[in-house]
Amino acid sequence: MPDNQDAPLKTYIDHLERGELAYQFSPDMGKAVFYPRVLCPFTGSDRLEWRISKGLGTVHATTVVHPGEGKPFNVSLIDCDEGFRLMSRVEDIAPEQVKIGQRVRFRVHRPGDEEAPYPVFVPVEGV
Amino acid sequence: MEGPRRGSAAIVGVAESDLGQVADGMSVVDLMAQGTKRALDDCGLSLKDVDGLFSATTQNRLSVLALAEYLGINPPFLGSTIVGGSSFEYHVAHAMGAIALGLCKVAVIAYGSTQRSVGRKQASVREVNPYETPFKPFMPSSAYALAASRHMHEFGTTREQLAAVAVAAREWALLNPAAWEKKPLTIEGVLSSRMVSYPFTVRDCCLVTDGGGAIVVTSAERAGSLKKAPAYVLGSGQSVTHASISSMPDLTVTGALAAGKAAYAMAKLGPADVDAVELYDAFTINTILFLEDLGFCKKGEGGAFVTGGRIAPKGSLAVNTNGGGLSYCHPGMYGLFLLIEAVRQLRGECGARQVNDCEVALAHGNGGVLSSQATVILGTEATL
Repeated sequence: MPDNQDAPLKTYIDHLERGELAYQFSPDMGKAVFYPRVLCPFTGSDRLEWRISKGLGTVHATTVVHPGEGKPFNVSLIDCDEGFRLMSRVEDIAPEQVKIGQRVRFRVHRPGDEEAPYPVFVPVEGV
Repeated sequence: MEGPRRGSAAIVGVAESDLGQVADGMSVVDLMAQGTKRALDDCGLSLKDVDGLFSATTQNRLSVLALAEYLGINPPFLGSTIVGGSSFEYHVAHAMGAIALGLCKVAVIAYGSTQRSVGRKQASVREVNPYETPFKPFMPSSAYALAASRHMHEFGTTREQLAAVAVAAREWALLNPAAWEKKPLTIEGVLSSRMVSYPFTVRDCCLVTDGGGAIVVTSAERAGSLKKAPAYVLGSGQSVTHASISSMPDLTVTGALAAGKAAYAMAKLGPADVDAVELYDAFTINTILFLEDLGFCKKGEGGAFVTGGRIAPKGSLAVNTNGGGLSYCHPGMYGLFLLIEAVRQLRGECGARQVNDCEVALAHGNGGVLSSQATVILGTEATL
């Protein structure tokens, strides 16, 4: 059997297990690619490099979800400084205090039980 | 590339199935069949004339096969494009192309949903997106709420302006005997309702009803000899910008811009020519975004545009004249009802909610989370 390629999601989660927020970079376009994939959506080429984000970003859009049961919580879209956007949430402050334009920093969240780690963000102090 | 000729096909029959909360045990195919029978009766055609069959629903994986079997027909041309609520606007364009190529002569486009009866969780398969699902967005509401947050940030759009969309829809619904909602609604009533995903309360969100229906499309030549005045397809356009909200290129500009542009170009018309505007209002922000992207006002001015009753009955622009997904019905994929209402407005069948001298009607479908956009411009014989 030929060597099959690793799933992009597996590589992404392996990085999160190590506390890293990974993304892909298209050398042909000089642009970040997110979510991870097997080909570049700008060129169609499979030349993509994995890179590690510095973990700093800005809140691009935000909402507070009010579930039928339980406390309201935040869902945001975060623009990372390397030029990619992802869905996440901002923790450590009340969900309605999350503001568009706010500077935030990545931290890994480990839900435990079989569930994969995922990236959340916290406000950057004094910025 | 040359597409189908402006006005070469027409919608000749339209009908809703039962709406609201349908009888226990009704299936989505029952509703599609009910809509098909009523739409064929509406134009005086019969099942033996049908040689093109289109359908979409979330509750039956191979619905067009189920519908063909149920109807006892074997149409040579089938279409099951499923891109969310705008699927039926895509179907109209595809039917028009198929008719132009001689692949079929009479196409039925059908829809059915029992999401209210069976519950939303039963009606749609839960899909896991490893890059979004862990954050538990309440989908689709939270996706549209994120877009709304950006519109509010960039343009100063307010919750009161969003609420004005829901209030206008309710005023139209009160003129539509088939509408689910029967009681008046105020701005304060919208704002003080249960919060779902900020800035949306439950009144900023579409209804959750059952429902379905069908429309019949045929060539302009055939359309002229049928029971009712044809609604000619003057233009159509489609655009897909993303699938998940985190990949939407610009949260304040939708694919309606490109879809509308293509439809206007084909129709050789512009927004000023449109008498009735039927927009997919899954959430209050939709109406604002689509009014902007389809050229009825400038980008960023949609919030101010919808206030002061401008899009309500007696306002200067007739928008969502059936009461919309917000107040008339919303079985999950609402796009077919936009076409039904547009055709009825062109025929002058709308009673208390009838738009005066309605010659051109625009139906704009939206699917996914602002993902797939499709515009259909319809006109009376006078517009050919």
